[in-house]
Amino acid sequence: MSQEKLNIKLLHEKFIHSQIIEKRWVRFSQFLIFLFFFGGWEVTSSKQWVDPLIFSSPSKIGLLLIDKIHDGTLVTNLGVTLTETVLGFILGTLLGTILAAILWWSPILSKVLDPYLVILNAMPKVALGPILIVALGPGFTSIISMGAIISVIITAIVVYTSFREVDPNYIKVLQTFGASRTQCFKEAILPASFPTIISTLKVNVGLSWVGVIVGEFLVSSKGLGYMIIYGFQVFNFTLVLLSLLVIAVFATIMYQVVAYIEKKLLKE
Amino acid sequence: MSFLEIDQIHHTYFSKSSATTALSDISLEVGEGEFISFLGPSGCGKTTLLSIIAGLIEPTSGNVLLEGHPVSPSDRQIGYMLQQDYLFPWKTIEENILLGLKLSNKLNSSSKAAALSLLSQMGLPEVRNQFPKQMSGGMRQRVALVRTLATEPKLLMLDEPFSALDYQTKLRLEDLVSSTLKSFGKTAILVTHDIGEAISMSDRVYLFSPSPGRIHRTFDIPEELRKLTPFKARNNETYQKIFQTIWKELESLEPGKTEH
Repeated sequence: MSQEKLNIKLLHEKFIHSQIIEKRWVRFSQFLIFLFFFGGWEVTSSKQWVDPLIFSSPSKIGLLLIDKIHDGTLVTNLGVTLTETVLGFILGTLLGTILAAILWWSPILSKVLDPYLVILNAMPKVALGPILIVALGPGFTSIISMGAIISVIITAIVVYTSFREVDPNYIKVLQTFGASRTQCFKEAILPASFPTIISTLKVNVGLSWVGVIVGEFLVSSKGLGYMIIYGFQVFNFTLVLLSLLVIAVFATIMYQVVAYIEKKLLKE
Repeated sequence: MSFLEIDQIHHTYFSKSSATTALSDISLEVGEGEFISFLGPSGCGKTTLLSIIAGLIEPTSGNVLLEGHPVSPSDRQIGYMLQQDYLFPWKTIEENILLGLKLSNKLNSSSKAAALSLLSQMGLPEVRNQFPKQMSGGMRQRVALVRTLATEPKLLMLDEPFSALDYQTKLRLEDLVSSTLKSFGKTAILVTHDIGEAISMSDRVYLFSPSPGRIHRTFDIPEELRKLTPFKARNNETYQKIFQTIWKELESLEPGKTEH
């Protein structure tokens, strides 16, 4: 009996050990890829195996990063883009959910609007950019609109589907208590769909980045998208790549933050 | 005039490809404080009839009168208990049982206290701040009963409320529900496909035949069984006799079918 217990303990320790080894291997490989990519980039660029004018090099990007931090332009542009993206995806999710609520409220309206939603969903929303900029003016408002409009329709469709999939027996319970449609929505439909709404937030973060960057391309006055288009126009690809890396880092951070918030909210 | 009058109910469901008659010529009367059962194979429109009585579905023709008036869910005179508890998982037990009162704007300190004391009468005194997922199926169904009774409905509908529970829990809950309803003098309608449950709990059993659903036969349960708790009634000799009669009737409704 005690022999057996010992064995299990031993096996468990072995198991944990193998897990640790595996994890270390994964981390090591990830680090190797990172090193190989940036090291390779630096070497090939300095030896002129690739055109340094187009591909720049990590060291040049690093120097430019320090430069841009010192003169304050990076922080300003980053701040602008982050604000636009956050407002864009919150607005997109909110408006999408409201649209879904309206569709749920009126089954006839949802039938009538169905083909239009399909068309709007299929259409690439960034194509609306020029019209938005002319209509709302070349600035903050039209860029946020781009960030929002890109996710509104898909949010509405996803959330509306989840509204309709709420178990009708919950509604039956409420109806036997004489609940109105508003009360059914508030007590059952909305809370039951809360997880779906939260998870659309996560998708919308990514979509909103696309909308905002394209919007900044078009407006071309501020933000990381502006830095890319400016760098492109003056043929400063170090600036383009710097902006790209900054976008990659902050898009990841924002995604992780939303994923963390989702986990926290859904736990309750 | 009876407490509940159901007068020549017909109901047909329409779809693009068919019109299915679910109920045909249903007429019956229920006195105040009575406990009756609708028994029958699946697909004989029992649940449809409950929904019509509750005013959730408008029948194709016919009338339902509760104390001489047509029913409507906004009158909040009817409590409805479903096969599963359908407690709202994001609400605490307390929020769940007060839901009906909240929706009808009758939530005050005395109605709240009444609901909470009902909860302890059901043997669940310490659960008010728990969530439904922390509880067993039997406990949840008891909470669902408290939620239904909290609004003090005049008529209680039980739509196979014990069918999702294990056998022991089911027998215990039958006794609890039966004694609770008796002590409050509630009128109740039970839908079930369990012959034993129908006999042991009710004063009268309506046997339905399927497609279209109609009342096939009515069985009055003798006084000696009515006085007993459902569990004790199941051990009574008379119970066995009625069981056999109903069993044979059910068999005759489904010729060629021998399995239970």
